[in-house]
Amino acid sequence: MPGRTPSLRPRTGRAEGPRRGPSPTATRRVPLALLLPALLGVVFLTLPLIGLLVRTPWSDLTAQLRGTQVLQALRLSLITASLATALSLVLGVPLAWLLARARFPGRRLLRALITVPLVLPPVVGGVALLLALGRRGILGQYLDSWFGITLPFTTAGVVLAEAFVAMPFLVLSVEGALRAADPRFEDAAATLGASGWTTFRRVTLPLIAPGVAAGAVLAWARALGEFGATITFAGNFPGTTQTMPLAVYLALQDDPQAAIVLSLILLAVSITVLAALRERWMTTA
Amino acid sequence: MSVDARLRVERPGFALDLDLHIEAGQVVALLGPNGAGKTTTLRTLAGLNALSSGRIAIDDAVVEDTSTGRRIPTERRGIGLLFQDYLLFPHLSALDNVAFGLRCQGRSKAEARTAAAAWLERVGLSEHAAARPAALSGGQAQRVALARALAPSPRLLLLDEPLAALDAHTRLDIRTRLRHHLADFTGATLLVTHDPLDAMILADRLIVIEHGQLVQAGTPGEIARHPRTEYIARLVGLNLYRGTATDHRVRLTQGADITTVDSHQGPVFVAFRPTAVALYRTRPDGTPRNQWPVTVAGIERRGDHVRIDLTGPLPIAADITPAALAELDLAPGTEVWATVKATETSTYPA
Repeated sequence: MPGRTPSLRPRTGRAEGPRRGPSPTATRRVPLALLLPALLGVVFLTLPLIGLLVRTPWSDLTAQLRGTQVLQALRLSLITASLATALSLVLGVPLAWLLARARFPGRRLLRALITVPLVLPPVVGGVALLLALGRRGILGQYLDSWFGITLPFTTAGVVLAEAFVAMPFLVLSVEGALRAADPRFEDAAATLGASGWTTFRRVTLPLIAPGVAAGAVLAWARALGEFGATITFAGNFPGTTQTMPLAVYLALQDDPQAAIVLSLILLAVSITVLAALRERWMTTA
Repeated sequence: MSVDARLRVERPGFALDLDLHIEAGQVVALLGPNGAGKTTTLRTLAGLNALSSGRIAIDDAVVEDTSTGRRIPTERRGIGLLFQDYLLFPHLSALDNVAFGLRCQGRSKAEARTAAAAWLERVGLSEHAAARPAALSGGQAQRVALARALAPSPRLLLLDEPLAALDAHTRLDIRTRLRHHLADFTGATLLVTHDPLDAMILADRLIVIEHGQLVQAGTPGEIARHPRTEYIARLVGLNLYRGTATDHRVRLTQGADITTVDSHQGPVFVAFRPTAVALYRTRPDGTPRNQWPVTVAGIERRGDHVRIDLTGPLPIAADITPAALAELDLAPGTEVWATVKATETSTYPA
């Protein structure tokens, strides 16, 4: 399946059984040809993080944190990532429902289209957003001339750029949860007199809540780390569009210490998210 | 509150063609082997499957008619459906499961909960009102599901194998309870089952379908006495044959002849109980006038007796005691004589 997120298996209401999956037998020997690359992989993935921790200027950490630039960027990042997640939820959950439950021609094509932002280089996404929503964009010119709304290089633009990149994660996660949920619960709701909307609100949504939450966390984490689409579509203005990743990149040019501190904060946030995910929704098999 | 339906459903490799009428207060059991179209019938009446052609009227209100294109969705048909595996909403308490349908009718939360609590009391589960479905036993879940289906006062109650998921002991208790609740229910009830005992205990009238077609309809007594297909005969535990009668002799389609106590002319069914069959190692002399040389094909212990499957001029099921089995020293392949007294047979027109 294109774009599935196999590491995530939302536990729906009834899937509280014992964890499945093969457990390696203790007696089996690990072939050296697998063990060596695996260990190298571990080093490769963890060494940079260790480097970050080792080089962190722990002594003047608090002083660095107090810098207005840092707090400003952090605040902006948290707000825009949350707004992008909210936007993804509002648009993405119904979209996932459509993909999982409705039967219409071109459904596969639609799913493929929706997953494009997953594989698209974010910078390209930013350019595409400019062409669509920029002041001369196909939709943006009307927004500008009719309503006086300009999106590029604004905080709203940041939210849009982040949502563009993050929403596919949510859609795929929720769609997976919907496919795993027994659609006959929806039949049961209908026989009890529930309309389609009531069924969705009172039966389907609670059943897939873990999948929705997992998708939202993933989308939020993706939005928080978004760089390419943001800088292309929204620019890099401190206070309005300069998010944490942009601040890190800039700080690296003239104040490496600050860059390390900013990176450390992002790392801490990511690990918190990962821990929350593992605790509740990730299979640890 | 009656139901009148003409159901035609066509799918690749399957066609359902069934006319159905259920009076208010009546319980009709739909009986048939797996794949006969029982569940399709139920889902079609509920509006969960569409008709290929036909018409469904509940209480004189047409809910679906392919000739006019009318199709009222499931949620506005006024039906209740008890699913085989209950499908209680796992995220709601027993009380909120029962209140769900009442809430959908626009009642306030408090009002719906009060009515739901009364229903839980009727099914004897007041103390489990706050329990989630996962914490309920199979029998309790079945009772909650029944209360949930009945609470919105449906005009048509559909039961899909309501006892199939229960163990033998619970089944007995729940069957009795279900019978009481069905007696109190004023709407029409259609019960789908493959268990003849459930059908006979719970239903006023049986409809037997095979391959999507009606094969027999009648009261449980009629059907048990005069089965018209091998499937029904097996269900009610009878040997059943078709043949052509000339007075007391019937030439069976298998080629063998049988002497019957009733006199008929033309096409008939002949039935006798497996317990009416006597087995001998040597050709018996004397009264029983029907005797055939047969071969033991299978031996199966069934409760306090042993079922012997015999092949020969005609297939016969015989029930004998374990003592008789030991005395006859039967094993698959053993050749024996099977006899049936004419007075043990029952003959009726085909």
